[in-house]
Amino acid sequence: MRPAEITVTAGAEQRDDGRRAKGRPSMLVAGLIVTAGVLALVAMASVALGARSVSFSTVIDAFVAPDGSSDHTVIRELRVPRMLLGIGVGATLGLAGALMQSLTRNPLADPGLLGIDQGAALGVTLALGLFGLTDPVVYVWFAFGGAALASVVVYALASAGRSGSSPVRLALAGVAFGMVCTAIASAILRMDPQTFDRMRFWLTGSLAGQTADTLGRLAPFMIAGLVLGLLLARPLNMLALGDDAGKALGVAVNRTRILTGVAVTLLCGAATAAAGPLMFVGLIVPHAVRALVGPDQRWVLPYSALAAPVLLLGADVIGRLIARPGEVQVGIVWAVIGAPIFIILARRKRVAAL
Amino acid sequence: MNVRVGPWSVRLAPRALLVSVILVAIGFAVTVAALSTGEFTVPVPDIISAIFGQGPPVAELIVGKLRAPRVVTGLLVGAAFGLSGAIFQSLTRNPLGSPDFIGFTAGASTGGILAVVAGGSAMTIAGGALAGCVVTAVLVYALAYRGGVQGYRLVLVGIGANALLLAVNSYLLTRANINDAANAGAWLTGSLSGRGWDHAVPVALALLVLLPLCAFIARPMRMMEMGDDAAKAMGIKVEAVRAVAVTAGVLLAGVATAAAGPVVFVALAAPQLARRLTRSPGVTLASSALMGAVLLTAADLAAQRVLAPTQLPVGVLTAAIGGTYLVLLLRKDRH
Repeated sequence: MRPAEITVTAGAEQRDDGRRAKGRPSMLVAGLIVTAGVLALVAMASVALGARSVSFSTVIDAFVAPDGSSDHTVIRELRVPRMLLGIGVGATLGLAGALMQSLTRNPLADPGLLGIDQGAALGVTLALGLFGLTDPVVYVWFAFGGAALASVVVYALASAGRSGSSPVRLALAGVAFGMVCTAIASAILRMDPQTFDRMRFWLTGSLAGQTADTLGRLAPFMIAGLVLGLLLARPLNMLALGDDAGKALGVAVNRTRILTGVAVTLLCGAATAAAGPLMFVGLIVPHAVRALVGPDQRWVLPYSALAAPVLLLGADVIGRLIARPGEVQVGIVWAVIGAPIFIILARRKRVAAL
Repeated sequence: MNVRVGPWSVRLAPRALLVSVILVAIGFAVTVAALSTGEFTVPVPDIISAIFGQGPPVAELIVGKLRAPRVVTGLLVGAAFGLSGAIFQSLTRNPLGSPDFIGFTAGASTGGILAVVAGGSAMTIAGGALAGCVVTAVLVYALAYRGGVQGYRLVLVGIGANALLLAVNSYLLTRANINDAANAGAWLTGSLSGRGWDHAVPVALALLVLLPLCAFIARPMRMMEMGDDAAKAMGIKVEAVRAVAVTAGVLLAGVATAAAGPVVFVALAAPQLARRLTRSPGVTLASSALMGAVLLTAADLAAQRVLAPTQLPVGVLTAAIGGTYLVLLLRKDRH
């Protein structure tokens, strides 16, 4: 989106807010509560459905009165950690995408598309394949390193040209950098077939195969990223009017950029370390959210963080149901859903004309 | 510079000719190096006698059975990728409109993996790759069509298709058993190791048919780079030329992928490097094909030697080099 357009829509939105200052926020709060409710339902479904589906009452029993039966063990030790992982990864990626789209004013920004997930994945591959580090708390730092490097390189590349950053340049720089990272990662994996076998599921993006322990160790990083990201809503709102307008409104432009970068790095690094590179989650959710709640980041960010896990868990359940007794990795389900939506976005004149 | 012989006249660009000669020389040097060096060094005179079937038996085995097919496949595949990239970059008027960037080679791999998983022979795999490439090309073009195909829209739609197909490919890999997955994985990064004459022959046949065709449409394509209207005004049948060019480009990308897997960035980088070296205003087909051949064989030689004894698939090296090159390209891009 061109800055001029954002200025116009943001202005209109503010006038709208002024006129209906009482009705609108309460509706939006109600919407948030409904989204949270839907998330709870999907979470229940994700625990109950799968290669072997169990009834909701069994799910409840597993917590209230665990009897050690195989159903209860599966629920407590496999399905619940997986559901929590899906919520964590979905929330982080949704928020990361919304932050990136807001900061770069780029409708095509997505952690997977801009190479940040691939940078993080390269970091994890280095840690696991080359240095043999298997503790998630250790290798998540490699993921952070890769994600940070990718954000800096891609952003610098996209804005290096004479005409500054444009959505298409940013997407191309990201795809190119992602390709290089993937190539190096696959070179490392080629030298070590055992690591290749272990990581080929993770590399597709999957919620399976992570223990509750891993999740517990990665959760603090995710929560830190979520809190930091949500706190940036106000300065990002002001920057939507352009850097100069933001400065005039008293925003520390560079500090906001750097903090957003830190938040994106934390979110993408932790999410990739947990579930592998997942494309398109961060792209599509913020678009849908903006269409519903308007451009105010104070609403876009929390809505994205709540709505993304709904879709991610939903895709995960679909992936488990369509290929019983096996499963389709959630990254693949998302690519199949997400790529067509990306193509529709790319076909829009505004993007292609830039 | 125009050369007239009777009723025929040929336009020659001295610089392009010089670059082509130099590229042929480099290609020859790389070929000789690839044939003679390695774990077992074959002296240059032995190579020549081995080729004519009069050398020592060891040299004949190593050169004739192991090294020559690999080098020849590399040269042919590189030329095919270079030519295919040049065609699409000229058609989209965009350096990023290469088949490896917009999903065509990923589609070819999907077809190829399907054939690998189905346990197909080399011929089935080649057919699968070709079919996958054609289907993807048709889909991407159809999706990018909106009252004409615009460069950047095609590229973005292609990137989307690429992501989708890569996901499908990794899904197929996870469904396969470990041996199939490792085989398909090696093929997927793009590799020239273990290539025999049966890999080289289809590419050679495709080039034999399509090279003259490309020479025939090179001039009208150059005109079309100035815009369809200008080309039409000069009496060029734009739609016909475009149809021929797309067909040739897709077939070349398909057979090349079938032989060596989706080696990324050769199709992207070769035409751009050739264009800069020849200082030509547009994409040049012949020098792009030569550049592709040189790039791929040189990269393959490096992939075998850099981390020896570990053999890297050539696709890893071209991705690392080509990605860096793309980064430079974007830095200077004026769009």
